[in-house]
Amino acid sequence: MSRLLSEEEYGRRPIGAFKQWVNGIRDPYLNNVEIREKIQPQESEEVLRKRQEEAVAVIRQVHDVANNSQYTLFRKFYKAAALVCCLTLTILLLITVAYLPPVGNAGNPAHNEVAAKYIEDGMQDTGAVNIVTGMILDYRAFDTFGESNVLFIATCTVLILMRNDKKKGKGSAEEEEKRDSFYEPKNDKILQTVAMVLVPFIILFGIYVILNGHLSPGGGFSGGAVIGAGLILYLNAFGFEKTERFFTAKTYKWISFSALSFYCIAKSYSFYTGAHHLESGIPLGTPGNILSSGLILPLNICVGLVVACTMYAFFALFRKGGF
Amino acid sequence: MDFVQNVPFFSIMISMFSGIISSVLSEKWAKRLNTAVILIVGAMSGALLLYLCETGTDSYIFMMGHFPAPWGNEIRAGVLEAGMAMFFCIVMLLSMTGGREKLFDEVEYSKHNIYYILVDMMLSSLLALVYTNDLFTAYVFVEINTIAACGLIMIRQNGRTIEAAVRYMIMSLLGSGLLLMGICMLYDLTGHLLMSNISQAMAEIMAGGTYRIPVLVTVGIMTIGLAIKSALFPCHAWLPDAYGYSTVSSAAMLSSLVSKGYIFLLIKIFYRVIGLDIIYSSHIIGVLFMFGLCGMLFGSFSAIGEKDIRRMIAFSSVAQIGYIYMGFGLGTNEGMVASVYHILVHAATKSLLFISAIGLTDVSGGSRNFFALNGSAYRNRIAGIGFAVGSLSMVGIPIFSGFVSKLLFAKAAIINPTWKMFPTVIVLAVSTILNAIYFLKTVIRIYTPEKQSVVEEKGYYSISWEKQKLYTLTIILFVILNLILGMNSQPIIHLIETGLANFA
Repeated sequence: MSRLLSEEEYGRRPIGAFKQWVNGIRDPYLNNVEIREKIQPQESEEVLRKRQEEAVAVIRQVHDVANNSQYTLFRKFYKAAALVCCLTLTILLLITVAYLPPVGNAGNPAHNEVAAKYIEDGMQDTGAVNIVTGMILDYRAFDTFGESNVLFIATCTVLILMRNDKKKGKGSAEEEEKRDSFYEPKNDKILQTVAMVLVPFIILFGIYVILNGHLSPGGGFSGGAVIGAGLILYLNAFGFEKTERFFTAKTYKWISFSALSFYCIAKSYSFYTGAHHLESGIPLGTPGNILSSGLILPLNICVGLVVACTMYAFFALFRKGGF
Repeated sequence: MDFVQNVPFFSIMISMFSGIISSVLSEKWAKRLNTAVILIVGAMSGALLLYLCETGTDSYIFMMGHFPAPWGNEIRAGVLEAGMAMFFCIVMLLSMTGGREKLFDEVEYSKHNIYYILVDMMLSSLLALVYTNDLFTAYVFVEINTIAACGLIMIRQNGRTIEAAVRYMIMSLLGSGLLLMGICMLYDLTGHLLMSNISQAMAEIMAGGTYRIPVLVTVGIMTIGLAIKSALFPCHAWLPDAYGYSTVSSAAMLSSLVSKGYIFLLIKIFYRVIGLDIIYSSHIIGVLFMFGLCGMLFGSFSAIGEKDIRRMIAFSSVAQIGYIYMGFGLGTNEGMVASVYHILVHAATKSLLFISAIGLTDVSGGSRNFFALNGSAYRNRIAGIGFAVGSLSMVGIPIFSGFVSKLLFAKAAIINPTWKMFPTVIVLAVSTILNAIYFLKTVIRIYTPEKQSVVEEKGYYSISWEKQKLYTLTIILFVILNLILGMNSQPIIHLIETGLANFA
C-alpha cells in the first residue's frame, strides 16, 4: 500500500481514526467520556433473602393471611372475576363488530352529507388544502380547543406529582437529578455528535410540519411532537445546563400561557361572530399559499408550541422534578 | 338573538380562560380570579334562567363557529341547563370557601395556584358537559374533567391520596374508554356526532330493524362507562379513598359536582341521543334499577361498618348515587324528575357534610375516628349545626331537602304500578332506616358532652365563629340552600319538569 503519511499521522486523520475504531485498536470513549464503574451491591445473599422474607411477612401480617379466609377468598374471587369480566367484554365487542356496517361499503350510514361537505366544500370554506386540518381547526375548532386544554391540564397534574419545590439540600431537585443520572456517561461524544447534526434538522422539520399544516399532512400536534422530541434529544446529549440557558420553567409558563390565550381569544372572536352571523373579517387568502386559510396557520403554531412545551416539560419533570 | 343568550358560550370560555391565566398568576390572584369567575358564571347563568323563564323560550341553539350544525360544533341551552349551571356554581363556590383554611394545612403553598387552575378547568368542563349538544365535545370535556379530578385528589400528597388517585384514574379511564368506544360505534351506525341528528337516525334504525344488536350494545357500554365514572354500586371501589383522604374542598367538589356532571350527561344521552322510547323498552333500564337498589343497601351497610367519619360520608355517597340510578330505572318521567331533584339534593347536602365534618375532626385533635368525636359539636358549634342539618337532610326529615326527593321517588314508584313498585318502596324504607342508623348515631355522638378530664388530657380546643368567619358563612349558606330545596321545592320541580320535557 502506498501511503504518503506515516502510520501515526494517518491515525490522526478522521478516516484513519475511523478505520482504527473499526479494527478495534482505538476506543473514542476512552479518556473522553466520564464513565463510572457500576458498583455492585455490597449486600450478601443472606441480607437480600432476609429482606424478601420481610416483605412477604408484612403482607402476611397486615392481611393476616393464615387466619383471614376472607382475604384468600377475595384474592381468588378477584382473579376469577377479572378474567370473566375481560373475557365477556372482549367477546361481546367482537360479536358486535360482526354486526357493524362492513368497512368500505358505499351505503354505510357514515357516508352521508357531513363527510361529503367536508370533502367538497372544505377548501372553499376554510381555505385549507388539508381537509383534516380544516376540520379540526375550523369546522370543529371548539373540540380542538378542549383537546389542547387537555394537554395543558395534564401538565398541571404532572407538575403536582413531580415538581420538586425544594431548592437546596437533601431531596432537592438538583440532588435528585444527580442521583438519577449518576451512572450515565457524561458528555457522551457519540450522542453529542449525532445530536449536533440531527437536532437542527429535527426542529426544522417540526417547524415545517407545523407551518405546512394547512397544506400537507401534519399540523400542530404532530409538528409539536417532533420539536419536543428534538428538544429532548438535545437535553439528553448536553444536559440541563445547556438547555436551561434558553428553556426554563418560566419560559414554559409564558409560552404555553400566550399560545393558549391567543387560541382562546382568537377562537372566542370567531365563535362569537359565527354565532351572530357576522363577517369575521379574517381573509382566507388563496388556498395553497403558505399565508392562507385565515386563523388556521396561527392556531397551528399555537397548538404546536403547546405540544412541544408539554413534551419537553414531561421529560424534564420525570427526569429532575423541575426545569 | 338577545345578548343574554350568549351566556353559555361566555361562561365556558371565561372559566377556561381563567384557568389559562392562573398559570402565570401568584396564588393570591389565582384565588381571587377563581372566586370572581365562579361568581360571574353563576350570576350569568341565573340571568339566563330568568330570561328563559320570562320569555317562555323552550331552548335554543348556539353555533360555535361559522358553520351550522352537522358540520360545526354547537351548544344548546334550556331551562334545565341554565339552572344546573347556576346550581353547580353555587355549590362549587361554597365548597371552595369552606375548605380554604384547610387547603393551607394540607397542600404545599407553592402548588396552590395549580389547584385553582384545576378548579377553573373543572368548572369549564362541567359547564360544557351541561350545555353541549355534540357527543364528541362531551367526550373531550369528560377527559378534562377526569384529569382535573385526578389532580384534585392527589394535590394533597400522601401515600393514601396517591393510591386513591391511581385507583380513580384506572376506573375512570375504563369508563372513558367504554364511552369513547360507544361514541365511535354510534358514529359508525348513524354517521353523526350531533345529538339531535343521532336521535333521528336512531329512530330510523329502530323502525327499520337493521343494526338493532349493535345499537343495544352501544347504548349498554356507554351507560356502563358513565355509571363507572359516577360510582354506581359494583364499580364504586375507587370512591371511599378518593373522597375520604383528599383535601376537603376536593372531596366536596368530587362528590357533589364531578359525579353529577357525568350523570347529567347520561340523562342527556338518554333523552337527546337514544330516545326515551328505545331506552325504556330495553333491559338496560332494568339493570340500572337493580344496581341502583343494591347500591342503596350496600352503600349504607358499608357506611354503618365504617369507623372513619370521612369514609363513612363517602360510602353514603354510594347509597345516594344508587337512589339516582334507581330513579332512572323506574323508566318513567316522574322517576327521572325525582332523580334530577336528588342530584341537586345530594350535591347540596354531601358538600355540607364533608365541610362540617372537617370542622368537627379539627377540634378533636385531627382524629377522624368516630369515637374521638364525642362532644365535638360543642367545641365547634357551627360545624355541629352543619353536620346535624346535613344528616337530617340525608335521612329524609321534613323541611330538609332529602325529604322531598325521597317523597318524589316513592310517588314516582306508586303512580305507575309495575313490578318495580314494591321493591322500590321497600328498599326506600329500609335504606332510610339504614341512613338514620349511621347518620343519627354520629349526630348523637357529637352532641354527647365529653368528660372535662379527657378534653384536657387530649388538649382539645374550642373554636368560636369569630375565628372562622368564612367557614361559618359557608355553613350558614349551605344550610339555607338545604332549606330552600326542602321547603320551596315546587317551583324547582316545575323547572325540572319543563326542562326535561324540552330535552326530548
